[in-house]
This record gives sequence, C-alpha cells and structure tokens, in this order.
Amino acid sequence: MYHYDDFDQAFVDARVAQFRDQVDRRLAGDLTEEQFRPHRLMNGLYLQLHAYMLRVAIPYGTLDARQMRKLAEIARVYDRGYGHFTTRQNIQYNWPALKDTPDILAELASVEMHAIQTSGNCIRNVTADHFAGVAHDEIADPRPYAEILRQWSSLHPEFSFLPRKFKIAVNGATHDRAVIQAHDIGLQVVRNEGGEIGFAVYVGGGLGRTPFVGRKVRAFLPERDLLGYVEAILRVYNLEGRRDNKYKARIKILMHEKTLETLKGEIEAEFEARDRALLDLPPEEVARVAAFFAPPALELKKPVSDRVERRRDKDARFASFLAANVTPHKAPGHVVVTVSLKPIGAPPGDCSADQMDAVADLAEDYSHGEIRVSHEQNLILPHVALGDLPAVYDRLASVGLATPNAGQISDIIACPGLDYCALATARSIPVAERIAQKFGDGAKARAIGPLKVKISGCINACGHHHVGHIGILGLERAGEETYQITLGGSGDENAAIGQIVGPGFSYENVVEAVETIVETYMGLRADASETFLDAFRRVGLAPFKEALYERSAGSDI
Amino acid sequence: MPDIITANRLADGVVVFQTAESTWSEDFNDAEVLPDAAATKAASARAAEDAARNLVVDVYAVAVETRNGHVVPKALREAIRAAGPTVRRDLGKQAQGLGPRSAPIAVGDA
Ligand code: SF4
Repeated sequence: MYHYDDFDQAFVDARVAQFRDQVDRRLAGDLTEEQFRPHRLMNGLYLQLHAYMLRVAIPYGTLDARQMRKLAEIARVYDRGYGHFTTRQNIQYNWPALKDTPDILAELASVEMHAIQTSGNCIRNVTADHFAGVAHDEIADPRPYAEILRQWSSLHPEFSFLPRKFKIAVNGATHDRAVIQAHDIGLQVVRNEGGEIGFAVYVGGGLGRTPFVGRKVRAFLPERDLLGYVEAILRVYNLEGRRDNKYKARIKILMHEKTLETLKGEIEAEFEARDRALLDLPPEEVARVAAFFAPPALELKKPVSDRVERRRDKDARFASFLAANVTPHKAPGHVVVTVSLKPIGAPPGDCSADQMDAVADLAEDYSHGEIRVSHEQNLILPHVALGDLPAVYDRLASVGLATPNAGQISDIIACPGLDYCALATARSIPVAERIAQKFGDGAKARAIGPLKVKISGCINACGHHHVGHIGILGLERAGEETYQITLGGSGDENAAIGQIVGPGFSYENVVEAVETIVETYMGLRADASETFLDAFRRVGLAPFKEALYERSAGSDI
Repeated sequence: MPDIITANRLADGVVVFQTAESTWSEDFNDAEVLPDAAATKAASARAAEDAARNLVVDVYAVAVETRNGHVVPKALREAIRAAGPTVRRDLGKQAQGLGPRSAPIAVGDA
C-alpha cells in the first residue's frame, strides 16, 4: 500500500483546515450557497435527494484494515450505520450533516484518506483492476502508475477547471477488469517486443448520454512518457473540449467530432512540442512507488487443501462459494476472495458498519491487512491462504457476506437511482433487488452462468448499463418509471456498447422482461459453456426482440 | 395545481417543508398547501428570504394532490424525497412517522 509522506499528510491536513474554515463561514452566513457550492464539491460533498452526500476516494480501490475500520466508524458516528461502495471504487455516505463534514474529513485524514477531486470538472479518482498485484494474467501491477497519476493530478493547477470531469483507469493484466475503454483515458499495461513495459493508450471512452468505446491512440507508450503523454491529451482536451454544452463537453465528443486521426495527430503534436525532460518519469521513481505495492511475503503452500476439499464435499453452499467467489492467486496455495455486496434482495454495494468491521478483521487475520473495492461494487480479500477458506467463509457467512454469486446474474451493478440520487429519473436499486430475488444465488443462477446485469437510474449511466450484458436504464415517461433494455454490452478487452432491444418496460414488467431474455438465451445457447455474451454475439438481437415483443405479453407497447 | 414549498436545512441537509406560520418543519404533514400560483409565489418569496438568511438551501415548490384523503406529492421523485428510500423503510421520514400519510410506494412484485 502507498503511505503518505510528510508532504502528502501536510497537504491533506491543510485541506481539512481550509474546508473547516469554509464550512464555518458558510454556517455563519459569510459565504452564500453560490460561493460555497464549488468548495463543498471540491471536497466531495453533494446535496442529494434526502440530504448531503459525501463521496470518499479509495484510490484505485485499495485500502487496509485500519482504513476500513475508520470508514465503519464514520458510518456509525456521523451517518446511519452504513455506506455505499460505488462503481468508481469509492464509498458514499448518504446522510452526513454539513456541520460534521470537517470532522469527518479530519477522521479520514488520520488514516491517509480524503474526498478531494471526487467531484467537479477535474481528474477524478484513478481506478484500476481490483485484482491488481494478485492476478495470474498480470503484466505489471497497475497501482504504482495509478498512484503516480493521482499525485500528479491532485490539485493540478492547469487541469482543475476542465470542460467536464475526467476519468482515468489503468489495467495491468491481459483481461480488462477495470473497464478502461469506458474511460476518458484508458491505460493498458503492455510489453513491447524488447520486453519493456509501456502502455496501450485509449482515449474518448465514456458512457452517459452518448456512449463511446475508447479508441486506441497509441499501441505502445514507453513508461517514462506516461505523464508527458497524459498531459498532452489533457492539454488538447482542455483547450478544445466544448464548454458551451455540458452534454457535449467530454473528450469522447471531441474525439467523435474531430475523428480519431485528427485528435491523435493533435495529441502527438502537443506531445512532440513539449520539453520531454519536464515530465520525464524515471524508472527509479516508478520503482520507488512500486515498492509500496510489493506483494506480501506469502508462504508457499500446497495448491490443494484437504480441509477445503472435505468441506466442499459436504457443504454445497461452500462449494458454490468456491466456484463463484474464489479466484486463484499468483502465489501457489493462495486465493483471492470476492466478498459479494449483493446479498439477495439487498441494495447492491451497501455495507453496514458492522460488516465493514468484520471485513477489516478478516483482512487482518487472513489477508495481510489488505482489502480491495471493485467497480462491480464488491469487496476483495486479496491474499487468503487456501487452507483458511473455510474459516473465512464461516466468518463472512456470520455477517451476511458469503453470498456465492460473484459474476452471476444476481451480482448486479446498480447506481443509487431515485431512492437517493437527485438526478435520477427512475429507481434502480429495487429493480436489482427484484431481479436478484427472481434468480437467486443457487442452482438457477449457476445454470445461467456468467451474466453481468447493470442498472442506471438515469442517462448519466453511473450503473454502467451500456456495458452490461443486459443493461437497464431507468427513465421517466409521463410520470411513470420506464426501463430501456440493452443487450450485448461488454466492459472488458472486447468492449462494446449494448444495443437497445426495443421499447421500454414498466417498473412492474421489467423483471419479467429480463426473465424472458434469460429464458431465450437458455433456449438457444449451443451448450452450457456458451455464455450469454457469446450467444448474443452469435445470434444478435432478433431472437430476443421476438421473444420480448412478439411472443410475450410482457411488453408495454 | 396546489403546491407545497420544500428545502434542505443548511446545517444538516435534512429535508424540510414550509408551514403556514412560515417556519420549517421536518414533517411533510406540516407543510402548508398552497392552493394557487399566487400563493405559491408569495410563499416562495418568503422561503427565498430564509435561504438568504442561510437557514435553508435549494428551495423549490412541489406539486401535490389529494389521494384517498391524503395530501401527497404528485411526482415519484418528490414522494420518495418526502418519505425516504423505498428500499430502506428504516431510514428517512417514513421511519420517524414524518412522511406522507398515504400507502408506501410499492417496491416488490405485487
Ligand atoms: S446514473 Fe443517474 S441516477 Fe444513477 S447515480 Fe448516476 S446520476 Fe444518479
């Protein structure tokens, strides 16, 4: 884990003091709301549907047990006993009081955390693969690069007032678990023929009102040029991105309007024109930062555990947990455990203070103190010894966190939607809950296989619906919630935007529509190994359209 | 169309409603129902003064109607705001008996 140096700590502490003064002045009436709003947003504090909402950054989704305990304490003392983990690997508190936020930020600073740049038209929390450092297929740990980008972009004077928010994701494995092609800049760690580390650079990805998959602007960017090249992209965007229409202000629109070739040419020209020495990233600096992320010294163990095998044989639910939530670690005899925050019938991503404490304890006892947050709104215990799995499972089960559904149809991403969000047009959480209840976490869900359902409560697409295998977008039509379904989206290395299947469905009928889609897939798949996405890519929309609108009475047209 | 005036209390963000006495109440049922546009305009002006005095933020009028003898916000968004999250009945005004008196918004399959 990265640890703050004196500079970092002084910087974050100074921000807390500054915000405390701003809040005091606001409460005393010395600042108007118009004057104060940009300050509170710069510190992650929104005004939402019911109350203020504080979004806390979890850089690249990595945190330790001590930090998780602090998040639990904040939930308990300053909020309503829970928090919501988001698709950007952050945590949101839904009920903080403005007068308490300086104290909350001070609590966060005491464990090297903050809420800076979790809002506003700046470079947001840099996200990364949640299996970073442990994945089998990893070329290099993406987190040192994410940390370097975080340091470089924090309060960057040139890029604090961009045309719009700007999101960067880094993936270090061959399989993209960070959805990099849905980001303004997506960085894929690669090796060139000489074995040197660098990045394939994607620009202009983004979801929202006008979704685009990122386009590759560089097949190999040498590691040392990382900051210089990212700066060149930001410069071109800062200068040319539209500021007259916020719906057209993201770099994806600039890419679309200018075309890939033109934008690429401008980025390269900007990059060439600058003095390379100014933003050179020397290997020593990469090594210095990478040292913080060195894997823990794991004792080599047998790749099979008798204890686990015995439990698997007699406990079907444990066997399901092994199959769905446990992934091999690159160190033999160790595994990566996905802690599903999708218990059937509960809000995706919500975690109570007691559950946070339980995960912190488990991390300390069994995972070298480390925890990850995934963009899929789950938690990860990254370094668990295989033989400890029964104990970890039992303790997770005792706090309602052993749902064996990772990657399955009930492991749904859902944004807060109309239950919490001031911008929402429809609810998303209860739709997720109902779908999860319909398919459960047992034999039915396992038979369906890997299937990513993603739900957003408005066109802003925080629930990543465009890249869901089944995507659901909640809209409002004539005062009623309406749900538009897209199929075939994907957020991995073969990223694709889902295709709209047809007219939308009512709140009542949307779950039935998903059921029809799943039944159609089950009926047409070549065999059980053909996933929903593979089958969709083979057959296209037609059979699903037919099932939804011609044969079924479920549609609302 | 009748309206009520709502806002968030500055210091803690709690949703509040303007009463007939021009005070702010956490209870939806204390809201003054304004029968016409003129009344809404006058009440909004009073609310704006409270915003200027830094008591509340984000003042706006919400259209309400009477359903089964109870005053309720017309729009789903406002109904959820006045009651609390439909997925957490233990939170928000509904948990304290301060939400609209009408039946709760349906969540599950009928
Ligand atoms: S997608 Fe819309 S409703 Fe959902 S969290 Fe984002 S802004 Fe809110």
